[in-house]
Amino acid sequence: MTLHAELTVTRDTGFHVELDLCVQPGQVVALLGPNGAGKTTVLRALAGLLPITAGRIRLDDETWDRPPEVFVPAESRRAGVVFQDYLLFNHMTALDNVAFGPRARGADRSTARALARRWLDQVGLAGQAQAKPRALSGGQAQRVALARALATEPALLLLDEPLAALDAGTRIQIRAELAHHLDDYPGHTLLVTHDPLDAMVLADHLVIIENGRVVQSGPPAGVARQPRTDYVAHLVGLNLYRGSATGTTVELRDGGRFSIAEPATGPVHVAFPPTAVSLHPQPPTGSPRNSWPVTIAAIEQHAHTIRVRLDGTPAVLADITPATLAELRLTPGTRLWATVKATETTTYPA
Amino acid sequence: MTVSTARRDRRRRARAPLVLAVPALIGLAFLVVPLAGLVVRAPWGTLTDQLLRPEVGQALVLSLVCATTATAICFVLGVPLAWLLARSGLPGRGVLRALVTVPLVLPPVVGGVALLLVLGRRGILGQYLDAWFGISLPFTTAGVVVAEAFVAMPFLVISVEGALRGADPRYEDAAATLGASRWLTFRRVTLPSIAPGLVAGTVLCWARALGEFGATITFAGNFPGETTTMPLAVYLALETDPGAAIVLSLVLLALSIAVLVSLRDRWISTPS
Repeated sequence: MTLHAELTVTRDTGFHVELDLCVQPGQVVALLGPNGAGKTTVLRALAGLLPITAGRIRLDDETWDRPPEVFVPAESRRAGVVFQDYLLFNHMTALDNVAFGPRARGADRSTARALARRWLDQVGLAGQAQAKPRALSGGQAQRVALARALATEPALLLLDEPLAALDAGTRIQIRAELAHHLDDYPGHTLLVTHDPLDAMVLADHLVIIENGRVVQSGPPAGVARQPRTDYVAHLVGLNLYRGSATGTTVELRDGGRFSIAEPATGPVHVAFPPTAVSLHPQPPTGSPRNSWPVTIAAIEQHAHTIRVRLDGTPAVLADITPATLAELRLTPGTRLWATVKATETTTYPA
Repeated sequence: MTVSTARRDRRRRARAPLVLAVPALIGLAFLVVPLAGLVVRAPWGTLTDQLLRPEVGQALVLSLVCATTATAICFVLGVPLAWLLARSGLPGRGVLRALVTVPLVLPPVVGGVALLLVLGRRGILGQYLDAWFGISLPFTTAGVVVAEAFVAMPFLVISVEGALRGADPRYEDAAATLGASRWLTFRRVTLPSIAPGLVAGTVLCWARALGEFGATITFAGNFPGETTTMPLAVYLALETDPGAAIVLSLVLLALSIAVLVSLRDRWISTPS
C-alpha cells in the first residue's frame, strides 16, 4: 500500500505545479514551501477537489486520477482532509460534525454517533460533544477537525497548515498531540505547511517546493544540515553559498571566497550557522580563518540573541549576544570584519 | 480643545441639517400617515362583526392557501434555480439572472396578460393542456396560484442566490472529502448554511404572493370563493361597502407587519 502521485496541474493563470510524491503507509511526508508555491494545489488534487492536468495519482492498485480517462471524485476517495481553517459545519454540534463522514459513507445514525463519540474521546473532547463550533477554542476546533477527518478511516490523511490558525501557546501543545495521533495512524499522511518547525517535528520526510517544483527532499535532519536553496537555508537558519571548490578553497558564485576544512572539487554548497560568525572592529591577524569586511544592514532581536544582517562579499547573517552589541556599539552602517573558522563550515556537492 | 467644546461639537454633529431634516420628516409622514388613517377610520365598533362575515373569511382563507401554495412552488423551483445561477458554471448566467429579475420589475398586469397568452385556453401551451388533459388554468384557484408564483418567485430566487453566493463553497469541499454526495451536501451543508437567506426569501415571496393583485385579476379573474383573494376583495368592497374594505385592509396590514417583525427580529438586523 503506497501512495504514488506524479502530478501536473496547470491553471489558466499560467500557474504550474509539477511533482512526484511517494508516501508509504504510516509515513508522514511534509510538503514545505513558501506561500504560492503550489502546496494547497497538490493537496486539493490528492483530495479529489481538483483534477490534475497530466500524470497519475494511485493508492496501491487503486487509480484515483489519470487524465483523461480516470477521475475519482473526492466523495469516492478514501482521503480525509483537515483544512487550514478547519471548515467545521457551524450549524452542527461537534459530535454531528464528526459523525457526518461515517453517516455520508453509509453508517446508520447510532453507529455513526458512537464512532464519533469514540473519536472525540480520543482527541480529549468528550465533554464538548454537544458544543457548536463557534463555542470551541481554536485548539478544540482543530481537534474536532482531526477527529472528523479520521472518523472516516481514510487511507490518506491530508493536513493543510493544520496549526497555522493557532496562537503560539496552543500551537506547541496541539503540535505534540498531533504528532501523537499521527504516530497511531496507520495510513499515509501528507502535511502541507510553510512552517519548518511543524514539518521537522511531525514529518519523517520533507519535500520542499518552490514555484511549483520540488527543490529538495529528504529526511528532516538531512535537510536541516544541508539546505540546497536560499529558501531552505532561511527556513533552517543557516548561511548558504554556492561556489566552485578546488582543494580547500571555494570560489563563491556571487563573489567572495571561503577556506573549507575538507578538500572538495567542483560545484558545492557551503553552509554554516549564524552563530559561527564572529565580528571584529579591526581586521583580525594571523589566524587560519575566513575574514572579510562587512557593513551592518540591519539588527534584529531574536529571543536571547541578536541577529545581524551584514552586507559584504559575501553577505552573511551573524548571531551575537546583547553584550557584544553593546561592547562594539553596533548600529546599521557600522563597518566590521566578519570571520568564520573553516572547521565550522559544512561543504556538500551542489 | 477642552472637554466642554468637544462635547458641544459632538452635539452639533448629531443634529441633522435642516435641508435634510425637513424632507426626511415629510417623507416619513407620507409613508406613515395613510396607514394611520386606515387605523383611525376603521369601524372599530363593528369590527368583530365585519371580520366574521363569510366573505371576509372566505377571501382570507383563499388568500392564505393560494399564497402558501404559490410559495411552496416557488421554493421547490426557485431554490434549484438560485443554485444554478449562483454555483453552476453555466455560460450566460448574467442573462439568465436578468430574465429571472424581469417579473420583479414588470407591471403585474402585464405578467397576467403574458400568462393568459401562454396558459390561457387558446394560449401557446394552454391549448394543449386543455386538449390533452382537460386542464384549464385561467379563472380558477389554480390560476391564482400560478399568477402569484409568477410574480413572487423572483423575490425568492434573488434572495437565495445572494445567500448562496455569500456562502463559502469550501464547506462543500469539506463535505465531499467526508464522502457526501452532491445532493447530501446540498441538503445537510449548503441549505442550513444559507438558512437566514432562505427564510428571508421565502417570507418575502409569501408576502408578495399574498398582496398580488394585477396578475391575479388579469389571469384568474374575480370569482368569490374561487379567485377573489384579499386584495381583490378590498378593491371590490371599496365600491360597495367602504367599511368592509377598511377591515380587509387592516387584516392585510396586520399580516404585513407580522411578516416585517418576524424578519427584522430574526433575520435582517443580525446577519450571521
